Amino acid sequence: MIQFIVHDEDDSVGVVTVEGLKANDTLTGWIMDQDVLIDIKINQDIPIGHKIAIKDLNKDDTVIKYGVDIGRTISQIKVGDHLHVHNVKTKRW
Amino acid sequence: MINLNEKIYGYRRDNNRVGIRNYVLILPVDDISNAACEAVSNNIKGTIALPHPYGRLQFGEDLDLHFRTLIGTGSNPNVAAVIVIGIEPGWTQKIVDGIASTGKPVQGFSIEKKGDIQTIADASKAAYDMVHYATGLQREPCDIGELWVSTKCGESDTTSGFGSNPTVGNAFDKLYEIDSTLLFGETSEVTGGEHLIKERCANDAVADQFMFMFNRYQDMIERFKTDDLSESQPTKGNIEGGLTTIEEKALGNIQKIGKKCVVDGVLDKAEMPTSKGLWFMDSSSAAAEMVTLCAASGYVAHLFPTGQGNIIGNPILPVIKICANPRTVRTMSEHIDVDVTGLLNRDINLDQAGDMLLESLIHTSNGRMTAAEILGHQEFVLTRLYESA
Repeated sequence: MIQFIVHDEDDSVGVVTVEGLKANDTLTGWIMDQDVLIDIKINQDIPIGHKIAIKDLNKDDTVIKYGVDIGRTISQIKVGDHLHVHNVKTKRW
Repeated sequence: MINLNEKIYGYRRDNNRVGIRNYVLILPVDDISNAACEAVSNNIKGTIALPHPYGRLQFGEDLDLHFRTLIGTGSNPNVAAVIVIGIEPGWTQKIVDGIASTGKPVQGFSIEKKGDIQTIADASKAAYDMVHYATGLQREPCDIGELWVSTKCGESDTTSGFGSNPTVGNAFDKLYEIDSTLLFGETSEVTGGEHLIKERCANDAVADQFMFMFNRYQDMIERFKTDDLSESQPTKGNIEGGLTTIEEKALGNIQKIGKKCVVDGVLDKAEMPTSKGLWFMDSSSAAAEMVTLCAASGYVAHLFPTGQGNIIGNPILPVIKICANPRTVRTMSEHIDVDVTGLLNRDINLDQAGDMLLESLIHTSNGRMTAAEILGHQEFVLTRLYESA
């Protein structure tokens, strides 16, 4: 069963598509563009629709989704971490 | 595979445009004429009043937009006939004349020197005849490609970018192939993906027009902003749904124009397209404002993907909701017309999802009511550019 989706293998993030996932669950993800599956263990509870890092990121790194820049990290983020407004900000406005 | 060569049954208007609804409108020129319009609509069954809060002391481009929006709304092919009521005869007649150019029945009434009661009596008599006229019209076979179809998404989340928005994109690609007239917009919500739209423009002139509209909107935001717009763009609902930045939201948003459509032209707010193809309209990203502008531009069906569950409708433009978020479909099912949650677990592919949406568009065009219509959502929200004089 697919529990998260990634647009492209070069993206930094995947999106959780099921409800009720808890820290330390190991999830199966589907990388759409390459049509392959990956497994990732999550480090926090993650709500449906929210993102997990599938790559390690340093502070001030660019986050990639859809193969495009979606903002910058404001702290270090590890694979399996919840990635959202607490650790990523827009580069616009 | 859906057959887009089959006919839908619509109302062909005198100007050869095809409508899929058949409203008799009671349209106020200004805020103080709302009461008379609502009274006429209460007297005469089969009419609909469109109360709104503006129309006094506007000037310049803001006034032009007010006229364009009201004339466009009355001119929309989903409207059979229109009663216009204003406080004074000058601006009332201007709107009547604008709508009359479509060839449909339209009559204006002004309140000064008569009062509400006499105006309501006179307008009710005229509205009575218009309902007789409108309900005597028959639907007839029309091509699907004759429908003007617009899109805007709302309460988006990350499932919008994976599911419901690409579903619209797939449907748009198929409609584009049969020479439909299509529209998207939401100028602020392409921020971070503007370069991708620029690349999709038919030629340099269109690309320049698009960037002019984009930069004009950015300048406005920069001028008035007090922070990074957190909680407005993305909205609280977007953030709850997992969207983190405007860039991420924009990239999901852009999925609505599919992979093949070319941006053939650019419109200012409530302007009407002059040829077939895909148009970008400079517009607010607030759902009711944007959909009201789509109706004023002449669009007769609207595809509205949502993630967290935006419930918007429009008084004259049927809004078809598409959703890929299983929680939203479970908790707000009465608001969703097309459930594409199957995309997220690979039960269906994008091509099948696009066909499901087109099938819903065909049913809606033939007269089946959308969720928003059944629930009575009639948000009519005029865009203002600045303060009144």
